[in-house]
Amino acid sequence: MTHEPNAIPSRLDPERVPRRDLLGLTALWTAAGTLFFSVVGMMRIPKAAVLSSPSKKFRVALPDTLAPGVAYVPPGRSVALFKDEKGVHAISTICTHLGCIVRPETAGFECPCHGSRYDAAGVVTKGPAPKSLPWLKVVNAGGQFTVDEGATVPPGTKVSA
Amino acid sequence: MSVKEPPSAPTALQEFVTNLKAAPRRIAETAVRSGTPDTDRTRSTFIFGNVFLHLHAVRTHRWTLRWAATLGLGIASVAAFLLTLITGVLLMFYYKPYTDVAYQSIKDIHFVVPTGRLIRNIHRWAANVMVVTVILHMARAFYTAAYRKPREFNWLIGMGLLVVTLGLSFTGYLLPWDQLAYWAITIGANIAQSPREVTDALGLTDVFDPGGLQKLLLLGSDAVGAEALIRFYLLHVMILPLALAALLSVHFWRVRKDGGLAKPADVDQRLGTPTVPTYPVFTMAPNKTYQLAAIVRGRTPAVGRGPENTVPSMPHLFYAELGVFMLTVLVCVALSVWSDAPLKELANPLVPENPAKAPWYFLGLQELVAFSAFAGGIVVPSIVLIGLGLIPYLDRSDVGTGLWCGGPGGWPLVRRSIAVGLGIALAVEAFIIRFGWLREWIPGIPQLVITVVNPGTVITLLYGAWSVWMVRRFSSARAGALALFTCFLCGFVVLTIIGTYFRGPNWGFYWSPADWPKH
Repeated sequence: MTHEPNAIPSRLDPERVPRRDLLGLTALWTAAGTLFFSVVGMMRIPKAAVLSSPSKKFRVALPDTLAPGVAYVPPGRSVALFKDEKGVHAISTICTHLGCIVRPETAGFECPCHGSRYDAAGVVTKGPAPKSLPWLKVVNAGGQFTVDEGATVPPGTKVSA
Repeated sequence: MSVKEPPSAPTALQEFVTNLKAAPRRIAETAVRSGTPDTDRTRSTFIFGNVFLHLHAVRTHRWTLRWAATLGLGIASVAAFLLTLITGVLLMFYYKPYTDVAYQSIKDIHFVVPTGRLIRNIHRWAANVMVVTVILHMARAFYTAAYRKPREFNWLIGMGLLVVTLGLSFTGYLLPWDQLAYWAITIGANIAQSPREVTDALGLTDVFDPGGLQKLLLLGSDAVGAEALIRFYLLHVMILPLALAALLSVHFWRVRKDGGLAKPADVDQRLGTPTVPTYPVFTMAPNKTYQLAAIVRGRTPAVGRGPENTVPSMPHLFYAELGVFMLTVLVCVALSVWSDAPLKELANPLVPENPAKAPWYFLGLQELVAFSAFAGGIVVPSIVLIGLGLIPYLDRSDVGTGLWCGGPGGWPLVRRSIAVGLGIALAVEAFIIRFGWLREWIPGIPQLVITVVNPGTVITLLYGAWSVWMVRRFSSARAGALALFTCFLCGFVVLTIIGTYFRGPNWGFYWSPADWPKH
């Protein structure tokens, strides 16, 4: 729309001086920006920086009578420990599918929730589990063993007893 | 000789006494400003003079008041929600959201608190009734094509309400802190984490881990524990109810602003001549004009035609609503007297339930999750939600609006789709129960293959194919929507029933719990 130099602007014409727009837009974008960043900031709250779960490291003494291939599950832990002539190893008993606790069976593990089955080395043989059961880090602490549920080791890693 | 003096003006004291005597009547009058609703005018003012009722239109179309128009499902959902709200507040008197006392406090509510067991039962049953009625209400809106212009956005709001309803139910599941709760939520949280199934397979989890983030936000930790309980409690009693209330307000408001319930274009002919004397429109119209904006938009019920086929909402609509409300209360209370809400042993993070089952409306998903957590728990539900949301924007015709199974294809198409939907779901389930799935045939198969090819995606694909065929056959998006919606509803029913009644320990198939192995 063009304007004659001396024409009286009609109320329907768009305003020619955008100064109010500047103020208005500044207010609008300040409000929008504040809203956005405060929402982002608030979203930061529920993402915990420190997890409240108890320590994942624990020390355990294996029973002397533990036969090779038989799992020893320390009370209160979801870890199965095995001892044979090559040494000691620990396999997590948390199902890689949806987090149920698998039961050590003869020559493997079985999940009660959706029927996943693993062999003695934790490799999936049946069911919906997407991954093998992880082998956990074990350190020989002089007769006892320190197991770290937070650290995995390549399958087959064993610690001499 | 005394002349009797003319009666003087009452003294201030007399006036005070008179006013005091009149106070109760005046309080009642000023509270309900319009008086008894016995004329059309006072029936109108009864509604728009009351903040709680004025969301209703003053007059309601006769089409809307037929039982077959809505089956009262929306009101039943609201009634169930109000029941959970009231009973929920009562339960909050005693419930303590801490892992060491939560279970005990539920036990107290169940066994010690006066009427506590009944209140808890009503809360649980009303929540279940709400899930059912919300799903059926959505089906009603779909089959009567009520999502069409101008109601597209209200369909989306309704989907939001469905998600929040399921969220409320799911978060409430953890609070008793028993075995049922603990393992259902463990499974749910790991479904939230299941995008790792793909990121692990692609080796991306270290740099891009949306699954882990979702689980962390949900549980506040890496396992279900004290943090998870307080989060679920907060969601259950504060965040989700507020979200529901906000969405519900918009939902109601839009129903009104979008012109009430969807009606067929030839609704007046279908209804025939009113049996009651017609309303003298322009002489005794209620003393309220519709907003100018509403008239310009042309969506209010009475614009453009006389309200001959409408009746006053007071009493016709209100009594119908009250009837549905009381029926819902009756059903919930009767179920609560008949069956107690479950409470199993105290949650034990070391021994999962066997079988560990989610709430019943998630058991259909759990049936799919038993092959791939990501496909069954995230991909298929997302496809369903996106598909549902797109329906009003893909079906732009107006043939059959307001009629059951309206539109091309109609009831015969729906009937065939029921057969196809049930058939495909049952055939796939029978196949996997009899023959297993890929990993049983090829033990070393990569998980990524199973994530892409599993019963959930196969069923979805077959349903999609049937729907596309129907779109082409009737050259109508509505026909495709009718086919697909019907199929998914049937699939949901089949999977839910199998998951609920025919799955036992280790998620094995059993004809009856009596066949479960002893252990």
